[in-house]
Amino acid sequence: MRYNEPSALGQRVRCFPEAPRLTRSNGGCKGQTVDINLKSAVVPIREHRLGSISGYVGTADDLARKSAAGTLEDRRRTFTQCLSCSEMCAVSMLAYIQDAAVISHAPIGCAASFGGMNQLNRWGQNKRDLPVENVHLVSTNLSERDTIFGAAAKVEAAIRIAYERFAPRAIFVATACASAIIGEDLDGPIETLERELGVPIVAVHCEGFRTQIWSSGFDAAYHAILRKIVKPPQRKRNVVNVINFWADDVLTDLFRPLGLEPNMIVPFSSIAQLETISEAVATVQMCTTLGTYLASGLEELHGVPVVKSPLPYGIKGTDAWYRALGRIAGKEAEAEAHIAAEKAAIADDLAALRRELAGKTAYVAAGSSHGHSLISVLRELGVKLEGGCFYHHDAKYDHGDRAADHLRHAVDTYGDFKVGICNKQVFELVNLVRRIKPDMLIVRHGNLAVWGAKLGIPTFLLQDEHLSLGYRGIIRYGRKIADFVSNPALVKHLARHTKLPYTDWWLEQNPYAFLQDASPV
Amino acid sequence: MTIVEQPRQFCALSGQQTILAIERAIPIVHAGPGCSSMLFGGLAMSNGFQGSGYAGGGTIPSTNTTEREVVFGGADRLRDVIEGALKVLDADLFVVLTGCTADLIGDDVGQVVGAFQQRGVPIAHASTGGFRGSTCFGHETVIHALIEQILEPAPATIPGLVNVWSVIPYKDTFWAGNLRAIRELLEGIGLEANILFGHDSGGLGAWRRIPAAQFNLVVSPWVGLSIAEGLQSAFGTPYFHAPVLPIGAVESSRFLREVGAFAGVDSQKIEAFVAAQESRFYHYLDRAADFFLEARWDLPDRFVNIADSFYTLGISRFLVNELGFLPGHQFITDDPPERHRPALTAGLAQLADHVSADVTYSNDGGEIARTLRAQTRSDQRPIVFGTSWDRDIARELRGYCVSVNLPITDRLVLDRAYAGYAGGLRLIEDMYAAVLSRQQ
Repeated sequence: MRYNEPSALGQRVRCFPEAPRLTRSNGGCKGQTVDINLKSAVVPIREHRLGSISGYVGTADDLARKSAAGTLEDRRRTFTQCLSCSEMCAVSMLAYIQDAAVISHAPIGCAASFGGMNQLNRWGQNKRDLPVENVHLVSTNLSERDTIFGAAAKVEAAIRIAYERFAPRAIFVATACASAIIGEDLDGPIETLERELGVPIVAVHCEGFRTQIWSSGFDAAYHAILRKIVKPPQRKRNVVNVINFWADDVLTDLFRPLGLEPNMIVPFSSIAQLETISEAVATVQMCTTLGTYLASGLEELHGVPVVKSPLPYGIKGTDAWYRALGRIAGKEAEAEAHIAAEKAAIADDLAALRRELAGKTAYVAAGSSHGHSLISVLRELGVKLEGGCFYHHDAKYDHGDRAADHLRHAVDTYGDFKVGICNKQVFELVNLVRRIKPDMLIVRHGNLAVWGAKLGIPTFLLQDEHLSLGYRGIIRYGRKIADFVSNPALVKHLARHTKLPYTDWWLEQNPYAFLQDASPV
Repeated sequence: MTIVEQPRQFCALSGQQTILAIERAIPIVHAGPGCSSMLFGGLAMSNGFQGSGYAGGGTIPSTNTTEREVVFGGADRLRDVIEGALKVLDADLFVVLTGCTADLIGDDVGQVVGAFQQRGVPIAHASTGGFRGSTCFGHETVIHALIEQILEPAPATIPGLVNVWSVIPYKDTFWAGNLRAIRELLEGIGLEANILFGHDSGGLGAWRRIPAAQFNLVVSPWVGLSIAEGLQSAFGTPYFHAPVLPIGAVESSRFLREVGAFAGVDSQKIEAFVAAQESRFYHYLDRAADFFLEARWDLPDRFVNIADSFYTLGISRFLVNELGFLPGHQFITDDPPERHRPALTAGLAQLADHVSADVTYSNDGGEIARTLRAQTRSDQRPIVFGTSWDRDIARELRGYCVSVNLPITDRLVLDRAYAGYAGGLRLIEDMYAAVLSRQQ
C-alpha cells in the first residue's frame, strides 16, 4: 500500500487511538466541574471540554457574558497563518522536569523545538543554580518506512536509549500527527518496559491535528503527570503549588507573611517534587490558560483546593487573591496587614508611573488568561486600553467556578474593551494595529513582536509572567514599559526600512474579513 | 538513521525556509498547526536568531490541519488558504508544501495547485511530509519542484552567468554571509553569480534566469548535486562540482583557479585577483603570528568538527592546510546518501600528506558524545566546531566549543561568513574568542 493513495484513508483513520468526546450538556459552560478521568490515557481537547473558541469579535463584556451563559459560538477563518500545536505545548511543560526524559514519537521535524527548549533549560538552570546540562529529549525519528510498517520497535528503542542515557525518574512519550495517524500502539511497549525498567513511563496524547487550541497540549502533559506521577498525599505541608511557565521566584517573599512556601511547578521541578504536589495546602495559577487542568485535577483527585479568585495582577485582583490565600492559611489578619503595607510601599512609585504613562495607549495580544492579567496591570498604571486580542478563549475553566473569571474581573474592575479572539493570526493583528496606532503593543508569544515593530510601534514582550505579579509587580512592569516607550529608535528604523508582506488591498479590509459566520462550538 | 537525541537537522518540510530565502517568495504550508512554527523556531530562531524576515515566522500561511481534514481530506481547505494568501500577501511566488498529515492521507495537492497554475498564478508545490526525509532532502525537493514547475528553457545562454548551489539557507546559520562571499569570489574573476537566495539576490527574476546560465556551480560536498544534474538533463547546462566549502586563502585560491578554468576565464585575471586577496589575508595572518606562537597556555591541540558535510570538510581543510592544526575524530551530521560517503570519508582521510582523520556519520548527540569520549586521549585538549548541544561534551573533555552549526543559541548571527578569504579570518577570530573567553 502506498502512503499517499487516497485509498489508504480508511485504513489509516480506523487506527486512531481512543479519543473520548465530551459533549457539553445544555448550558455546559455554567458552573459544573469537568470530570478528570484518569482511566483514559487521553484528555479531551478544550473545544470539547471547556467550550473553547478561536474566533470571535466583540467586546470583553459580551464575551464574558456569553461564556457564562454557555452561548458562546466559534467563528472559523477561511485564510489562516500557522499556529502553535499541542505537541509543542505538552513537551514544553515536560522537557524541563530535571530528572525526567521525553520522547517525541514523530518524524525528526517535530524535534525542531529541541534546540530552543535546550536554550531555555540551560537559562533556567543557570538562574536556579541547578547543574547546567542539555535537555533530556529524544526523537523516534519516524521515516517513510515506519509509516508503512509501523514503529513500535522504535518506541521501545527510544525508551531504552532514554533510560540508559539519562537514568530518568520518569519517561514521557509524546505523540504527534504522524504517529497518531499511523495508529501506533503505545500501551503495549509502555507496559512491558515500565515493569522491566521500574520507572513510570507515560503516554502523552498531544498530536497537533486534534485541536486548534494548542493549550490543549498543556492539559495532555498534566494528565500524564496526574495519571502516573502524582501520589496520594501522606500528610499536608505548608506549601502552595504554583503552576507557572519558567518565571522568577517572586512568591517566596509574598507567601512568607502567611507562613506558606511556593512550590513552583512543572518546569524546573523534579519527579520527587511532583509526586507530592498532592500534599500542598492549595494550588495557585499564574495563568489559568496554562494551569486549569492540573489545578482542578489536584483538587478533584487529592483534595488540594484551587484558589478561585481573580489572579494577582493589578491591585484589586491581588487583594482578592491574597485574602483567599490568607483564609487557606488561617492568617487573615496577617494577610490584611501585608496588603496594607504593600500598598503603602508602592503608592509613591505608582503615582509617579501613572504620571509618566498618562495618556499612553496600548493594544494587547496575548494568551487568554495572562492577557486579561496584563490588561489589569496596564489599566492599573493608567494606560489607556485600545483593545486586546487573545489567542483563544476558554468559556470556562475545569473547576467551573466563575469566581475565577478573570475576564469578568477585568471588565468589572477596569471597564469594557474591544476584544478579538485572534488565534495568533498576524495578518489580522497587523491590519488592526496599523489602524489603531497605539503608543505600545504588548504581546506575549513568539513570532509576533516583530510585526508591531515593523509598524513603528514600540512592542513589548515579557516572557516572565511573575514580573508583573502582585503589588510590586505593577511597579516592576510599569518601569519596564516606561523605559521601553521612552526610546523608540529601533522601531522607527525598522518601520522605515522594511516592507510589510501584506497587499494594500488587505490593509484596507476589515481586519476580521476572513472570519466566517458563527457556529456552535 | 534511527533514534535521535540532540538533532542537528530536521525534516523535509524544512524546505519552507529555502522558499523564504528566495526574495518575495512565500511558502503555503499544508500541514498540522504547529509544523511551520516549529521549523521556523528550529531553523531560524534557535539557529543564530535569524528571524522572520519578509514573510517568515507567524506570517507563513498554513492550513493547520484538523481532525476533519485527516478524516475527510484537506483539498478544499487548501484551496481556501491559497485563495486567501493570494489576496492578503504580497509575493511574486507561492509554493505549497505538504506536511505529514497531507502526505499520509493523500490529498491531491497537484490537482489543487494545478488549477491555480492554469489561471497563471505563480505557484508551485512540493511533497515534503516530514517522514519523507531530512532538511537537506527537503531543500533539494523544493528546488526540484521549482525547476519542474516554474522554469522555461532560455532562448540563449548568457556567457559568464553562473548559478550557485551551495549551503542550505537557514540550516546553515551563516548562509547569507557565505553566499555573499561566494558571489564576491566569483565576481572577482569576472563571473556573474546567480546566487538565488538572500538579500539582493533577485527573487523570481533570478530564478527564471537559471536556464540561461553558462553553467551550474555546486559548492558543496553533496547537497545540490542532484539539482545540477537535474538542470543538466532539463536544459543541457553543464555543471562544475567544487566539493569543499572554500575557507581561507589556500582553499579560496584553489576554488577560483578551478572554477575559472572550467568557465574559461583568463588565467591572468584570476591570478591578479588571487594575489590581491592573498596579500590581504596573509597580512593579518602575519600579525596574528605573535599570538599563535606565544600564547601557549592550554591551547587546543586537536580540532573536532561535529557539523554537516560542508563544515566538517571545509573547516578541516582550512585548519590543516592553512594553520597547521591536527585533526581529532570528525563527525558528519547531515546524513549524506551512501553513494556520497566514500568521497567524504576519503577527503577527510587525505587532508594533507600524513594528516588524516576518521569520521563518524551521525545526527544523534548521544552517539556523538560517546564516540568522541572514546576517541579523545586524556592529554589532548580539543576545540569542537559544533553546535550549542556540544558545549557539554567539549567541557567534559576540557576543551573549547565554537557553535557553527544548527542549533546555535549561544550567539547571534547576521551576515558573518566563513567562506572566502575574509571568512577564514573570521573563523580564526571566533575560535580564539572561544578559547580566550573561556580562560578569562
